[in-house]
Amino acid sequence: MTLHGLKAIAAALAAGETTSVALVEAVLEKIERLDGKLNSFVSLTRDVALRAARRADAAISRGETGSLLGIPMAHKDIFCTEGVKTSAGSRMLDSFTAPYDAGVVERLKHAGAVMVGKTNMDEFAMGSSSETSFYGPVGNPWDLGRVPGGSSGGSAAAVAARLVPYATGTDTGGSIRQPAALTGITGIKPTYGRVSRYGMIAFASSLDQGGVLAPSAEDAALVLEAMAGFDPRDSTSVDEPVPEYSALVDESLRGRRIGVPKEFIASGVDPAVSAALATALEQLAGLGCEVEETSLPHLGLSVPTYYVVAPAEASANLARYDGVRFGYRAENPANLTDLYERSRREGFGAEVKRRILIGTFVLSHGYYDAYYLRAQRVRQRIAADFRHAFERYDFLVGPTTPSAAFRLGEKTADPVSMYLNDIFTIGVNLAGLPACSVPMGFDGNLPVGLQMIGKAFDEAGILALAHQYQQVTDWHRRVPPRWE
Amino acid sequence: MAFDIVALKHLGRLARIGLDETDCAALGGELGPILALVDQLREADVEGVVPMAHPLALAQRMRPDEVTEKPDRDRLQRNAPQVRDGLYLVPRVINGA
Amino acid sequence: MDWEPVIGLEIHAQLLTRSKIFSAASTAFGAEPNVNACPIDLGYPGMLPVLNREVVRMAVMFGLAVDAEIAPRSVFARKNYFYPDLPKGYQISQYELPIVGPGRLTISLEDGHEKVIGITRAHLEEDAGKSLHEAFDGSTGIDLNRAGVPLLEIVSEPDLRSAREAGAYMKAIHTLVRYLGICDGNMQEGSLRCDANVSLRPRGSRSFGTRTEIKNVNSFHFIEQAIDYEIARQADLLESGGTVVQETRLYDPERHETRSMRAKEEANDYRYFPDPDLLPVELDAAFINAIRATLPELPRARRERLQTQYGLSAYDAGVLTAERELADYYEAVVESLGGEAKLSANWVMGELAAALNREGLTIGTSRISAPGLAGLLRQIIDGLISGKLAKEVFEAMWAGEGEADAVIKKRGLRQISDPEALVRVIDEVIAANPSQVAQYKAGKEKLFGYFVGQVMKQTRGRANPAEVNRLLKQRLPPPGG
Repeated sequence: MTLHGLKAIAAALAAGETTSVALVEAVLEKIERLDGKLNSFVSLTRDVALRAARRADAAISRGETGSLLGIPMAHKDIFCTEGVKTSAGSRMLDSFTAPYDAGVVERLKHAGAVMVGKTNMDEFAMGSSSETSFYGPVGNPWDLGRVPGGSSGGSAAAVAARLVPYATGTDTGGSIRQPAALTGITGIKPTYGRVSRYGMIAFASSLDQGGVLAPSAEDAALVLEAMAGFDPRDSTSVDEPVPEYSALVDESLRGRRIGVPKEFIASGVDPAVSAALATALEQLAGLGCEVEETSLPHLGLSVPTYYVVAPAEASANLARYDGVRFGYRAENPANLTDLYERSRREGFGAEVKRRILIGTFVLSHGYYDAYYLRAQRVRQRIAADFRHAFERYDFLVGPTTPSAAFRLGEKTADPVSMYLNDIFTIGVNLAGLPACSVPMGFDGNLPVGLQMIGKAFDEAGILALAHQYQQVTDWHRRVPPRWE
Repeated sequence: MAFDIVALKHLGRLARIGLDETDCAALGGELGPILALVDQLREADVEGVVPMAHPLALAQRMRPDEVTEKPDRDRLQRNAPQVRDGLYLVPRVINGA
Repeated sequence: MDWEPVIGLEIHAQLLTRSKIFSAASTAFGAEPNVNACPIDLGYPGMLPVLNREVVRMAVMFGLAVDAEIAPRSVFARKNYFYPDLPKGYQISQYELPIVGPGRLTISLEDGHEKVIGITRAHLEEDAGKSLHEAFDGSTGIDLNRAGVPLLEIVSEPDLRSAREAGAYMKAIHTLVRYLGICDGNMQEGSLRCDANVSLRPRGSRSFGTRTEIKNVNSFHFIEQAIDYEIARQADLLESGGTVVQETRLYDPERHETRSMRAKEEANDYRYFPDPDLLPVELDAAFINAIRATLPELPRARRERLQTQYGLSAYDAGVLTAERELADYYEAVVESLGGEAKLSANWVMGELAAALNREGLTIGTSRISAPGLAGLLRQIIDGLISGKLAKEVFEAMWAGEGEADAVIKKRGLRQISDPEALVRVIDEVIAANPSQVAQYKAGKEKLFGYFVGQVMKQTRGRANPAEVNRLLKQRLPPPGG
């Protein structure tokens, strides 16, 4: 059967028109048939999925309902899944089986979600193209010669190709929103602290946040309301009630104020993206919102700030991969130093090593103040820009990326040009705010995304804005032709 | 500040990532532009700005002093490259190296 | 030249919690290797620290006990370095903003003087695991049970001027943390560990010389030995025109010397930065005051009170307050007797201490309770038993024969003070020793003691000696008297 929205699937399950086992079989069949070229999955969990599906079918036959109950899905391979290989796209963890479920995995399991596999990603979430994975690059279903974005590129490609109804992702500098934009789907990164980081393999702890990739805002709302919420095992999890997002997506937007930071429409944005944005802004105004231009003066410094803060935190977060307790160990180490230096040299890919070295540098003696501390001060400036803007506006919008998907290999030799692809998404992570990306048109045959940023903990607001935008557009219903 | 071979080897030692001459040559070319990128921070006026270490302006939560973890050594050690008698093994440590 | 030693100590006190500082794994000592190392302690992917409230309470308690400022906001940082017993590749510690700020502790020196030692700071951190270098041929074994055990690192000012002062300070900290109940002070198990920073300067100088850090000085004895050795080593160096190299040295208790751990230290660059997995610890006045209200009487105050309240000597008061439980025991004995402070002190420091020592027991595991000992002393005070027999009763009580009166009754040890009964015995003795009586009456006065001894022998030591003396004098008036 064709998957067309979580509500429809749940209704079909409840009505007995299909079963969870049948859905799982269909999904796995499709993945096995089509994912060879896409490479969006790192592992398939057939047995685990069928067991969960049978449990879900039994629950449904007892009359239990749930918006995710019995519906197949995939986790980004950065979320630990008990008894299942969890690799973070790295050779370092190729042999690692997590002994626990991440908080997000637990919550979705509890809601009856059926995991069919783990999706490919940039190694340790470090990348914007899903090309740094130990398991090879992921293709963009709209054009296999193009990247799907990253780091949650496997999840984005799998959802865009309609291999699974939805997938989880993580977003440290744009890793949900940018791939969602480049693959023509909806992706939401919640407020920092909204979703548990327990069991989510850390890249940069003060920036990482789990979220959802799904075709529509309505589906994303259904998933987010199941996966968000307080987790005492994460000291940075915030104890705030989780609204029923899916029930709020139709809340009126009349009189809501939207700011369009002029930094988002500055030079460097492709004409097709600018044109799509102009149309989108008119449509948002048509929903009753007031749209006007504003400014985030320090946004231009967000990429340099990020490339100090994120590598610094990563350099410590990835120090645990030393070949002693788990993970890759080099053959026949001559001594302890050799064990460390060779295990990490061979276990990590080039981009991860670059970032660890940069992070080590900015924290090292004599450079801490000039780089790390200074970046923290600029981060404060950037966050203050957002605070000021949100005194006036309910939402900030702009393009998610300056351009549509680039070609595989196009930016791998030039890390900085790769980093600059996240110029519009990174500031949101630095400030810890919620934001989503929704499809807003095409550049040729490649989708482009519209980013909607909200106030802290106003996921309901941006989901409503996204959903109502999707009521007057049909970009999110476009499916790449070969994957229908 | 440029990343010459001495600086790179020092960083490699701190981060315990083995780097040979070829690695250093490549990294010098890759890290230079990244450093130029982050050097843009020098332009920022941050006089009197409080550093922001974290997006949450909240205080640390504290948990009760209770033992809830159950011993699970055998399962955890299935992930380990080398164990014996319950100990993780590494090459003999002599003078910290 | 006259060199003045300048010494500061860094003491790591393992806090007495059930679970670890950032995980809910057990802190129990002596478990099978790695059994108490949970995924958080092992630095598993995706694992996160959550702070143990009890650890914070204990740190605050210590801070209040040394009159320190308690930081309203303190921050955990990552100290980055690689070592196989450090699972995450960083230690979570406190760096720029420790929980306990400047404070002070008064120590008592052997000559009776007191000295105030500054405490720079005390901060919370997690312990590392243990490396077993001798475990296997060619391999080092890693046991991570200790990884994540909470430590309070107490840093003194360089206020100590001799090995003796350093020893006295270490003892004062040991006593204090045990009084507070925040550390068991077991140095053999590593519950209290000490590093010493030692430098020399010409006496009278204000500046500091180059210091060395001595690691691994984990007994009161070793700390003094190690510092004395290091002072002598540095003095020799300086006298012979050499210079002291700033380095870490390891104390070898078998050879009584310190050895350089080599100057590999230059490579250390810990790259401290705030741990983004933990938020600042914020403590309000209510939290701190609630802890203040639970502070016990501290060792120095208690010692002074014992001197004034009970008239004890400084020495006795010092011995009795060295441990909180001992002082509690002592005061419980005095309280049940309604006084008799000196007698109680003699028994607690004498018979009881000897018995505990003999069997390697602590006051907490004493076989005779404070009311039990008081019951025995009451018998002495009431003249129901002689001091000499009381020791026999004590041993019987220690052996588990029961309370004092039961032992006395069972063994028939009650003192005989009844004049009629004593006169009967005296008369028997006189009748049985006619020649000695004759000699006594003829002027051999020292035979009086012989008659006393005979009476005591007849009563198996139970006769009240004072009564025997009085009655015997009546029966056998001094010759010529």
